Amino acid sequence: MSPDFRSQIQGHRAYLLRYASLQLRSPEAAEDAVQETLLAALAGGSGFAGRSNLRTWLTGILKHKIVDAIRRSSREQPLEPDESGDEMGEFDALFKQNGHWVDRPPAWDDPDAALERQQFLAALEKCLEGLPKRTARAFLMREHLGCDTGEICQELGVTPTHCWVLLYRARMALGQCLEQGWFGPGREKGPRT
Amino acid sequence: MNCKEVTRLVSQRLDRELALGERAALRLHFALCEGCRNVQKQFEFLRRAVRRLGEGGGDGPWS
Repeated sequence: MSPDFRSQIQGHRAYLLRYASLQLRSPEAAEDAVQETLLAALAGGSGFAGRSNLRTWLTGILKHKIVDAIRRSSREQPLEPDESGDEMGEFDALFKQNGHWVDRPPAWDDPDAALERQQFLAALEKCLEGLPKRTARAFLMREHLGCDTGEICQELGVTPTHCWVLLYRARMALGQCLEQGWFGPGREKGPRT
Repeated sequence: MNCKEVTRLVSQRLDRELALGERAALRLHFALCEGCRNVQKQFEFLRRAVRRLGEGGGDGPWS
């Protein structure tokens, strides 16, 4: 292995650690997953040959390590249920007695343009960190790691119905968080660069 | 179906195949309710946005 490849890989360490921490919510587990990823990358460097983007390749390995870590931890120490449990009362304030909107959710102005802005990704990360643990775990497994509901239910030890509740709760909470922190009126589409 | 119920289905639509009746109910509701159409767009956007976190392009905290 060339020292050059080794230092290139090390250069992505901080990024990988951030990525793993967001999903695992445990500095030790994140550190372990990244360590395993870097070792696997060094051992399998030839697998990278010719691929365009080193970070994308490393992130791909890390995703597998994160899923492994989730499996291990769900066996050893299942996450406590979030305080809100199965109740969805937290969104009651958005709806009238008859179940229709109090305030109609507005259309976001060109949200995909926000994806090009680092401040937006940081704001999204902050919103994710604000979610209860299990809710965040379910959501990131689904949308980020691409797991299906069955897999999520198994790892979290919940029924499919509960799983859909968790995913619903995550989406509603993130929508509200981004509305307040980025897309809402008076926000001028996030902080100025 | 009211907006509260519709938002739950809009979410589940991203996670499971809806039954024919559920799909029809959504279509009908969307025709009349801009708020729920916006929520659907928001949920779909969230999916794209969260995937972007891992792609690692650009420069900044995520690069």
